[in-house]
Amino acid sequence: MVTVEFTKNLARHVECPSKRVAGATVAEALDAYFAEIPAVKAYVLDEQGAVRHHVVVFVDGAMVPRKQALSEPLSEGSVVSVMQALSGG
Amino acid sequence: MSQASFVGDTVTAVCRDARDGAIYAGQGLGHWGVKMQRSRDDGATWEELAAPAFPAIEGAESHQTKDGKPWPMRVEQLWTIVASNASRPGELWCGTVGGALFRSRDHGASWEFCRALWEHPSRAEWFGGGADVPAIHSVCVHPEDPDDVVVGVSCGGVWRTRDGGASWTLGGKGMFAAFMPEARKFDTAIQDPHRLAQCDAAPDRLWCQHHNGAFVSDDRGETWRSIDVPPSVFGFAVAAHPRDADTAWFVPAKKDEERVPVDAAVVVTRTRDNAASFEQLREGLPQAFAYDIVLRHALAVDATGSQLAFGSSTGGLWVSEDGGDRWSMVDARLPPVYTVAID
Repeated sequence: MVTVEFTKNLARHVECPSKRVAGATVAEALDAYFAEIPAVKAYVLDEQGAVRHHVVVFVDGAMVPRKQALSEPLSEGSVVSVMQALSGG
Repeated sequence: MSQASFVGDTVTAVCRDARDGAIYAGQGLGHWGVKMQRSRDDGATWEELAAPAFPAIEGAESHQTKDGKPWPMRVEQLWTIVASNASRPGELWCGTVGGALFRSRDHGASWEFCRALWEHPSRAEWFGGGADVPAIHSVCVHPEDPDDVVVGVSCGGVWRTRDGGASWTLGGKGMFAAFMPEARKFDTAIQDPHRLAQCDAAPDRLWCQHHNGAFVSDDRGETWRSIDVPPSVFGFAVAAHPRDADTAWFVPAKKDEERVPVDAAVVVTRTRDNAASFEQLREGLPQAFAYDIVLRHALAVDATGSQLAFGSSTGGLWVSEDGGDRWSMVDARLPPVYTVAID
């Protein structure tokens, strides 16, 4: 199991509590999360399924380049943190 | 001022649906993308709906804009939300930055991508005006025929469907683009109409504030006549009188390279004789050191043609109860005003 968590700023717009989910990659973990709370998906991914341009993903505290983020492998106990990129203001 | 919603977030489009009283608001949340909200209690509470979105397209990540910038197809902004006519309650149109048009048939619960317009061969000529990507800002639904719709695109001209979006024809003859090489000045597929306004009582009559001038059409956007709007033909906003085809209002700015009011004085310009003459209406409007720009969705007229309101880029909001003869400023200091709607 891994943990998916979101910047508290997102909770202003949509309920997005931290959750423990199954997943061997960031994409799998997010899919599992969105299966439980579908409303969060469109805040994190665009309609083509890519991580939004000014959203940034950290795995265990390390920033993952946006275009590789979804395929980033996870380990048992990993923490996926979805944050706002400062490039977005 | 009695109520504020979404304080601290950007609202890029708003629509009061006169058919059922719902309010629709398009949000641009920056990091988190575009969102569609609906209120059925006059803005007291809101519910998030599915936002218009491109269908998943193979290879979208490698798609490019007309000038070669990478642009994975996504809706960048909800720019206009328009209720269809009374015969189709629940039908709405949404024009977006990105250049896609969407329609809902279920009060905004779901949105269909208008594929026929997107796949029209001339659409490939469109490019962005003030943005990297083209944008649909105006949707004019015929009051008697909901399948007859005219849309305005920056920069992509004026388009009309007569079959509910299944097929589209390019209008805009007579418009000219000074931002293009001479050989393409009159190319109808790349014109930059900033805003279209339809007279509901005479929907063949359309008014246009264009990047390079002001125009009027008597054939529902097929052909246009250039008109001289004092003190300047540059601007963004235009409103059409809903009953009197010969009356329209513009809020000019100086020119494209100097986006401020002429002489730093805010003026609404009105014609009541089909552009043969214009009156410059200034009573109640700031006439010195005023740098307010009125964006394309920020001027509105009510269903009678007597009440008007406009908001500015510097957060001013003015209303008139007499067709623009006299204005009064609403007592509020607002953020930049993008869009104004009147009940």
